[in-house]
Amino acid sequence: MTAVTAPVGAATPARSGSFWRQTAAMSRRSILAFVRQPALVIPSLIFPLFFAALGSSSFSKATSLPGFPEVDSFLDFSLAGSIVQGVLFGSVTGGAALATDIEAGFFDRLLASPTSRVGILLGRLAGAAAFGAFQTVFFIVVLLPFGVSIKSGIVGFVAIVLSGALTGMAFGGFAAAMALKTGSSEAVQGSFPLLFIALFLSSAFFPRETMTGVYGHIADANPISYLVEGIRGLTIESLSATNLAEALLIPVAIGVVSIGIALRALNGRLAAR
Amino acid sequence: MTTTSPSTTAYDSEQAPGGTLVRSSWVLAVRGLRSIRRLPSAFIPSLVMPIFQAVAFSGTFYAITKVPGFPTDKAINWFLPLGCLMGAGFAGVGLGFSTVRDLETGFYDRLRMAPSPGFTQILGPLILCWVRVLIVVGTVLGVGLLLGARPVDWVLGILALLVACLGVATISAGWGLGLAFVFRDMRGAALMQLTLFNALFLTDAQSPLSLMTGWLHTVARYNPFTYILRLGRQGFLQGVSWHDTWGGLLAIVVLSVLTLTFAHRKQRSLDG
Repeated sequence: MTAVTAPVGAATPARSGSFWRQTAAMSRRSILAFVRQPALVIPSLIFPLFFAALGSSSFSKATSLPGFPEVDSFLDFSLAGSIVQGVLFGSVTGGAALATDIEAGFFDRLLASPTSRVGILLGRLAGAAAFGAFQTVFFIVVLLPFGVSIKSGIVGFVAIVLSGALTGMAFGGFAAAMALKTGSSEAVQGSFPLLFIALFLSSAFFPRETMTGVYGHIADANPISYLVEGIRGLTIESLSATNLAEALLIPVAIGVVSIGIALRALNGRLAAR
Repeated sequence: MTTTSPSTTAYDSEQAPGGTLVRSSWVLAVRGLRSIRRLPSAFIPSLVMPIFQAVAFSGTFYAITKVPGFPTDKAINWFLPLGCLMGAGFAGVGLGFSTVRDLETGFYDRLRMAPSPGFTQILGPLILCWVRVLIVVGTVLGVGLLLGARPVDWVLGILALLVACLGVATISAGWGLGLAFVFRDMRGAALMQLTLFNALFLTDAQSPLSLMTGWLHTVARYNPFTYILRLGRQGFLQGVSWHDTWGGLLAIVVLSVLTLTFAHRKQRSLDG
């Protein structure tokens, strides 16, 4: 492959076209990739629903345990976990797609063009956010006929969808950083177990109040617990500032960290050229 | 890659010139064992994931043991056998992955040209799989015991768990090999994993049948893997009994025969 000398510096403005137009074009491309390759994204839609269905049959009697929040059904409880789980799956797929661009040389061609370097990354993350929002709506719509309801109303629904989008962007940042650092889609896919472990060590599947010992302490310290609980609060309780803040601000905070790491990885890749 | 018509070179007889079925199979198994040392990254996940699963499920779903009617007060006793069976199952379907790799690199063509019985290419990987299962189950069990798992019946309980794990490994090995011969590339990998995953989770994996409600209760009641899980789990709950054993043994025998026959037939179909 031809090596192309590109200006180093992530925020270098491109000569032609605006930064936002290029970012939008990159974002559109990453969304189209999700649409054109459904086989890549279907697992991230099916698996969380499968787990929710399993949980609702297996753990329906656990909802009466002390420490369990008041819910109409286990499905109400598990919606938040399903959303975060699905979005995490999807973000890894997005990161793997970026790594595939690097492996296939498309990333080099982008760098050879007068395109904003940051736009390449942000476009990918915007795609992850759009897919996260889609997944969130999908899970809610599919589970509605089975009795799930959003107690916080339409504002809560919008907040949950926004939270799904922000979560997609936040965890997409980690996956993009991994892609930029390694340039290997296999390595990005290999990072999935780490995210899955992080999800399990949280209150995504069962309330923290029912956990004990070291496990409970880890779940207490895990930011994913609070993200899930924010979304869950919007699902099973009336609208509250605390739940809104948890659902929206925690993915923003995670996103600041992950996008920072991804930008650093992008700079590293550009500097190494 | 040069292709040779295997039908003229594969041997079905145990008296093939290259040696007996067992000796040739053992050589193949040893080759696979060496690959554990040479490519640990391919083996370690199958060792780590069941440990993680047993620990994570026990920690996350600890409170389920407080539901009246739950058969043990130790979550690890309930989830450890599930982790072992899952590890054994993935060791089995892992044979499918390595066979696909051998098919893609052309190594499998060379195996088929070798003067050894055709069934060697199933029995060899199967022996390898059983050895891997012993490593996985031994490790997961060791970690589980350190974390507080306590069988009610130590000898028979662990023996029953081992039988259940070897059974699941044999079933999933047959299934994985069969799919590898059908697809001949990694397209079959997702199907191998998904079917095993569903087969094991559509059981009383997470809570006992008596506590289940709705569709899963019906599915789990008729799923043969429920009975294999019961066979493996009984020593950690109420002790080993024939009542909780025979169903699992029957399921293992029937499903093993079916999946190994499937693998053998699809392997023969490679010869055209």
